[in-house]
Amino acid sequence: MSRARLLVGTRKGAFVLTSDGNRREWQVDGPYFGGWEVYHVKGSPADPDRIYASQSSGWFGQLVQRSDDGGRTWAPVGKDFSYEGAVGTHKRYDGSDRPWEFTRVWHFEPSLTDPDSVWAGTEDAALFHSADGGQSWQELAALRNHSSGPSWQPGAGGMCLHTIVLDPLNAGRMYVAISAAGVFRSDDSGASWRPANKGLRSEGVLPDPDAEVGHCVHRLAMNKARPEVLFMQKHWDVLRSDNGGESWQEVSGDLPTDFGFAIEVHAHEPGTVYVVPIKSDTEHYPPGGQLRVYRSRSGGHEWEPLTKGLPQANCFVNVLRDAMSTDELDPCGVYFGTTGGQVYASADGGDSWQALVRDLPAVLSVEAQTLP
Amino acid sequence: MSGTTIRVVLPSPLSTLARSARVVEVQVEGAPTQRSLLDALEARYPVLRGTIREPASGLRRPFIRFFACEQDLSGQAPGSPLPGPVVSGKEPFIVVGAIAGG
Repeated sequence: MSRARLLVGTRKGAFVLTSDGNRREWQVDGPYFGGWEVYHVKGSPADPDRIYASQSSGWFGQLVQRSDDGGRTWAPVGKDFSYEGAVGTHKRYDGSDRPWEFTRVWHFEPSLTDPDSVWAGTEDAALFHSADGGQSWQELAALRNHSSGPSWQPGAGGMCLHTIVLDPLNAGRMYVAISAAGVFRSDDSGASWRPANKGLRSEGVLPDPDAEVGHCVHRLAMNKARPEVLFMQKHWDVLRSDNGGESWQEVSGDLPTDFGFAIEVHAHEPGTVYVVPIKSDTEHYPPGGQLRVYRSRSGGHEWEPLTKGLPQANCFVNVLRDAMSTDELDPCGVYFGTTGGQVYASADGGDSWQALVRDLPAVLSVEAQTLP
Repeated sequence: MSGTTIRVVLPSPLSTLARSARVVEVQVEGAPTQRSLLDALEARYPVLRGTIREPASGLRRPFIRFFACEQDLSGQAPGSPLPGPVVSGKEPFIVVGAIAGG
């Protein structure tokens, strides 16, 4: 029987949760890198035991840890994220110019086919690639050198490249999302990039609500069987693109609020999408203190609240952008972690939920793996 | 082995990272300075590169402090000689993660 493994990054270390295919009983291992912020942990689709972890600290900087045995043991690999060429400037919050400066790795995206190939999204926003299992990193500088780069400004969490989506059917096509610049698409493995934000509107955030660049995109999600369809949780608004990011339409529909961070797609139903509505950009908790995942089976517009097993009173946690994931078992498992340290799991596509752990440090990321 | 043996006290996150004791001994060639001591420390424990000094500039990271002989040496130039008691082995060179945040 297949198994499931969760890779959980938190404010104070990483945890690895494992279960058999029933996903009722879970073993919790960790913390790994205790006391350090672990923004993201992700395994290779080509070799699930190859896992990359971003370990960072305001005191001691960035490390990259790699496991070759499914998270049981780890070893540090390369951590030199040097920007290519003459480093220009981007904008501070106040609109003044600030030189690009590396702070941390927000996200790893391992190749779909090669365990040694992995991309890293960083703050200040840049995209790096390693072809040697993380030993060395090279910037794909065409992104940061896009003509709009000097105008990019940070979101509240910093100016981070937080989402990397690889197209499994179109070789060389990939998407990244940057807060607060928006979505960029490359069709040539990162050699060139163009904005992919047509249809996004950011009233009250940008002087031009329809600007080509400058939107605070929080996360993208894709079902690998239908890669031309993308879902987006923006600062406000949930959106869908049916043409590989050429244009977007809002699908917030009847959500109670369309602010949020996390968005994920069902593993087997490309039109089934999950979000966790958050009250507002200043009130980072669920409306009414009721933690509810919302599911649409129609690609958006119509949403149903999923509440069974989730706290429906006095719950004021947040669910961050990389803290939701799905496995590929049948029925599809759905998982998310909260800033209150809970990791919730559904083994039935979201119909019911259980807390796997309740008292971890604030959860920054959750990645589900399906193991043979 | 030639050179000067200097004791370095590491903050616990870095000794954990280096899989070392909290107090390590480092051999420094030539006249010991902050820079040559940290170069030698990083050569012995490569995982510590970038954790005490910024990788690009080689400057002390903002939340790191250097103490020795009940003095804060953090503001001294990287090429400054280390205090005599540190060089003689009487006192350690202490790397501190500054108190900041919770």
